[in-house]
Amino acid sequence: MSARIFAYIAHKGGVADDSALELMAAAKKIDPAAAATAVVTGWGAELDAVCEGLRASYAEVWKIASESLAYPNAELIRKALVKVIPAGSIVLVPHNHFGIDLGPGLSVKLNAAYVSDVMGVDGVEGPYLKVVRQEFGGVVSTHVRCDVSSGAVINVRPGAFKPIDGAPASGTVVDKSGDAGALSAGRRYLETVVAETGDVDITKEPVLVSVGRGIQEQDNLTIAQELAEALGAVVSCSRPVVDAKWLPKSRQVGSSGQTVKPKIYLACGISGSFQHLAGLKGSPFIVAVNKNPKAPIFQVADVGIVADLLEFLPELTNKVREAKDAHASR
Amino acid sequence: MVEGTQAYGHLMVFGISAPILILILQLLGLACFSYIVYKRVAPLLRGQRDERLDRPVLRVQKVAKFWLGQWKHPRYRVAGTLHLMIFAGFVILATRAFYLLLFGLSGDFAAPSAIGRAYDVIADYAATIVFLAVSAAAIRRVVFKPARYAVPEKYGKWRSVDAIFLLALIALLMFSESLFEASRAAIQAQHGMPPEFLPLLSLPWVLLSTLGAASLTTLWNLHLGAYLADVLTFYFLLCYRPFGIQFHIETSLFNVYFAKLDRGTVKPVRWGVSDEQLDQVKSFGVKTFEDFTWKHMLDFYSCADCGRCSDNCPANTVGRPLSPRFLTIKARDYCFEHFPVFGSANNSHALIGGIYSEDEVWSCTTCGACEEECPLLIEYIDKIVDLRRGMVDEGNVPKSVQKALKALESRGNPYGKLEKKKAEWAKDKEFQQTCDVPVLDGSHGAETLYFVDSITSYDDRIQAIGRATARILDATGENFGILGASEKDSGHEVRRFGEELLFQALRDHNTEAIKAAGVSRIVTSDPHAFNALKHDYKDLPPVEHISQVIAREVKRGSLRLNHVEDAQKVFTYHDPCYLGRHNQVYDDPRAVLDAIPGLRRVEMGRCRDRSFCCGGGGLMLFYEPQENERMGVKRVQMAAEAGANVIVTACPFCMVNIEDAIKVSGMEGKMTAIDLTELVDQHLVRQEPKAAETVNEVPTHAHA
Amino acid sequence: MEILVCARRVPDTSENEIQLNGAGNDIERDDLVYSINEADNYAVEEALQIVAKSGGTVTVATVGTDEDEEILRREMAMGANQGALLCDEAFSGSDGKGIATILKGLVQKGKFDLILTGVQAEDGGAQVGGMLAAMLDYPFASLVNSIEVLGEKKLKVGREIEGGNKEMNEIDLPCVLSIQTGINEPRYVGMRGIRQAQSLEIPTYGAAELGIDSGSVGEAAAKVKRDDYFVPALGKGAEILQGSNEEIADKLIELMKAKGGLQ
Repeated sequence: MSARIFAYIAHKGGVADDSALELMAAAKKIDPAAAATAVVTGWGAELDAVCEGLRASYAEVWKIASESLAYPNAELIRKALVKVIPAGSIVLVPHNHFGIDLGPGLSVKLNAAYVSDVMGVDGVEGPYLKVVRQEFGGVVSTHVRCDVSSGAVINVRPGAFKPIDGAPASGTVVDKSGDAGALSAGRRYLETVVAETGDVDITKEPVLVSVGRGIQEQDNLTIAQELAEALGAVVSCSRPVVDAKWLPKSRQVGSSGQTVKPKIYLACGISGSFQHLAGLKGSPFIVAVNKNPKAPIFQVADVGIVADLLEFLPELTNKVREAKDAHASR
Repeated sequence: MVEGTQAYGHLMVFGISAPILILILQLLGLACFSYIVYKRVAPLLRGQRDERLDRPVLRVQKVAKFWLGQWKHPRYRVAGTLHLMIFAGFVILATRAFYLLLFGLSGDFAAPSAIGRAYDVIADYAATIVFLAVSAAAIRRVVFKPARYAVPEKYGKWRSVDAIFLLALIALLMFSESLFEASRAAIQAQHGMPPEFLPLLSLPWVLLSTLGAASLTTLWNLHLGAYLADVLTFYFLLCYRPFGIQFHIETSLFNVYFAKLDRGTVKPVRWGVSDEQLDQVKSFGVKTFEDFTWKHMLDFYSCADCGRCSDNCPANTVGRPLSPRFLTIKARDYCFEHFPVFGSANNSHALIGGIYSEDEVWSCTTCGACEEECPLLIEYIDKIVDLRRGMVDEGNVPKSVQKALKALESRGNPYGKLEKKKAEWAKDKEFQQTCDVPVLDGSHGAETLYFVDSITSYDDRIQAIGRATARILDATGENFGILGASEKDSGHEVRRFGEELLFQALRDHNTEAIKAAGVSRIVTSDPHAFNALKHDYKDLPPVEHISQVIAREVKRGSLRLNHVEDAQKVFTYHDPCYLGRHNQVYDDPRAVLDAIPGLRRVEMGRCRDRSFCCGGGGLMLFYEPQENERMGVKRVQMAAEAGANVIVTACPFCMVNIEDAIKVSGMEGKMTAIDLTELVDQHLVRQEPKAAETVNEVPTHAHA
Repeated sequence: MEILVCARRVPDTSENEIQLNGAGNDIERDDLVYSINEADNYAVEEALQIVAKSGGTVTVATVGTDEDEEILRREMAMGANQGALLCDEAFSGSDGKGIATILKGLVQKGKFDLILTGVQAEDGGAQVGGMLAAMLDYPFASLVNSIEVLGEKKLKVGREIEGGNKEMNEIDLPCVLSIQTGINEPRYVGMRGIRQAQSLEIPTYGAAELGIDSGSVGEAAAKVKRDDYFVPALGKGAEILQGSNEEIADKLIELMKAKGGLQ
């Protein structure tokens, strides 16, 4: 594999996203011998801080600073990258709302191949890079081969590649802002409309009682609510519950909802789609309650209970109350 | 009138001879009335066709029972009795009314014959009773204010003012009639003739006693005055009635005569248009007022605003936006406004988004409680289905229901499950050892088809009902089978949700599959499928519900039931809408329960044809309504109030709704639900399997 | 506004059980029912709502074979004015870029102000919209969950980003947008509409009509190919607690206490 590998680094508030190290791990799997180059766009002190931070992991950090890139607009960033990335390179991008916006168009402009949402890398075979993807909502996986002889843009699934422990690097920051030049695009960022947080901020809670489709009816939410109250916790949910308008968006855990880092996460009636799990960070103690023993959630949970949540949760609530009373009366 | 009394021909009123005046008044009154009726009939002529002239004998019988016999009225004791009195009074007085009108024209209050005199006595009492009844009705309206007459703010003002006004006019009519009689008798007395016999304590009799001292002139004035008052009031009422609910006095006879004869059916998209011709119909369903049939418009005229329908409507009870009474009244008001007596007809406006909201129309579970109560036999289900057809035609279907309809189109069931898994419920390992359920796919034939339908085939919990039913059929020695993958959803709710063509596709597919199976009868454990196969499908072998089969076999002795195990259990039977009300199977399930020795059974207050819908089946399970509480929860509370701790039902959808309700209302542990088939299956006395024959033994005594 | 919606016929996961076939190299296709990709349906509904307000027409196109025509008919029954089937032997085996190339041919043949696709297909990679835009040099926005027409040359679109937030953008026409599910409530298409749509004319375009060099599409040109389907071996997974609900509840409380989750 002679292609140079670039990792596009997303960042917020001067700190690189978790995907920065995940992409490095993915790059290592593609070409164990090569060192990936980080490429970061942005503006001002925040961008500088991110680049400084990346020096500890990446041997080379390409910085593209432009006031027009202060907010990450994929249309502008694509134009910048096309001027900067050498032909035939492999560019890794995190597969999220930004990566979906950037990756496909970038591959066309770089005249490179494109594979999206890659979860695993099997290796290189001739001109082909062999990767693993999922289809049909994750029900089946596929082995895909991608001809990378004229380069490729690979969107990498967040969380699929675990960051590797390696010797800390002492990378150099290379300023490529000049090569990028002036940028304009047919799409202009206006503003971000923040979702109503409502009364509760689930991202700050240490214990979450999370419900999914298995709650079946809006009225059943009281069952989860009671357990949450007994535990001193808060109710969160997966996307179907929000789509049905039973809970506000501010309660949704997932790639299109909130990212949470609780200590304990009770996933009740949640099947465990990766979009939902993508919102679960840190290493929470995951308890899964689901009446389907084959639900994917049991793969990621620490402890599993095969039961109908409508029957089990009230019992658990009673037991928790008993335990609290016993504790209080000591 | 006794001979010799002076006729009134000589009297003058405002310079006009009395008979002439009376003639003019009556002609005017009749002309007014005719014009009003003509304007009221006009929209009906623009309405859709409705075939209501068939089976005249049956129709006359219905008129005798429901119109003349006021059959439904006593369901509400007090109001029913009052109305019976008023109605009977009116019927009796009808003859006298015509008589009186004619009298006036003849210039001579001529004497009736002996029969006439006997009639007069009855009529006098009738007038008295009507007078008292309307007074009582008025007091009831004002003082007691029964809840079902209340008008929620969004619908308008309190309408009892109008009702009381009309009651007062009727009272006036009775009063003036009675005064007429009384004054006549007083005149006769003054002339020294034997007075007309006025029965004791009747209103005329009471009035007569107050007239004793009056002069002859006064009496004649009163007499004529009473007559004029009578005529004026009569014609005023006649012309006023078509502007309000009292129009039902005229229309009720027709409304009952033309009422729907076939229970459980749904009207075709267009009368006179066959299924094959439907492609030519430009617009399906009811979108504007003129899309209603003439009979439905007549229904709107005939509503007496009594509120009995809404009082019994489960959707209304739980706070859904539907109130059948206002469905009718709003349409009537629309008709009065847009097809006015004075003025010309307006353009058509869309009903949905106008007088009706979408949720209002989707809220109906088609349980039929409203139709069961209505004393005027007003129909609701057909209207709701027609309104839904209109919405479906416009693509206006709630999202959750769309998904189920799409799955029904692709997979033949609302869950989107695979056809090849339809018979999986019968392949449960443990079950297969006790009972074999063949699939009638050509290699197997049978006498009886067990039509399972979607929920019993695919729902984890409800499959138990399928297995119990199969075991029961097996125990009766029935030679039966199922259609398996070739069985699609019966389409019962699909039709009632307005997707007529999808229903027809399902119906045609199933009909072919059933015919191919060559069975001679069909049994089902699902009342919705039962109703569909019986009424929506054509040319099928006879259909029965499993409860009917069990009742018969138990009676014959081919099924025997064990004694109940738990003495603590108190059972109550919940009548499913489509088994009970729509098909009138009330007794068979009860007979089955009573055949279980030692079983303690209680009845809920709302049972049989007053059963309270559980929340609905089929596609209704996919509709997310706005409501204050669930119908199932209310039903479970009723069961608890009746003293039961087990609800027995005979419908898989009732089972889903009630078990859900038990959980949601926190009554787990205090109430359980069980299907009739499961209960019977538990208690069946089963034949012991024959002891294994010993092998290799050669009988030593060959002819013992 | 002239709107083109690019759609795809896929096996709907809610009406099918997607499983591996016996040979383990593809999904079992015997008993599949197909329909239009859900996000594409939302895109058509959005297009219909836009032209209802601003005038114009909606064209729905798909790359495929005769079998795929049914989705075009269904969308026309829903209200789309025109259908277009892009069919040619040369197209078969195309990867995402190939499909985008074919669609580009159709776009250049017509005069479209706005091109919509669904964000992702069940068996797709959320790529065709972005690729098509880059090939045409049109601006692009993905995950669009709201569209507001600002006159003839511009739109204001909202994108779904993390945390339930919405990123508002102004975008010039002509442009390409990929539409997220939930942007609207698609109207119902009944059997009646579908029946009536059976007789509608749907033109078919091949490589020649679209001015496409067959060497740039199809299997041979595809840089990304599927080797097979498989189901990964399951890992250890969760420890399933056994016993009665009571016993399980007790055990769970102990575990939660140990993790510091119980006060």
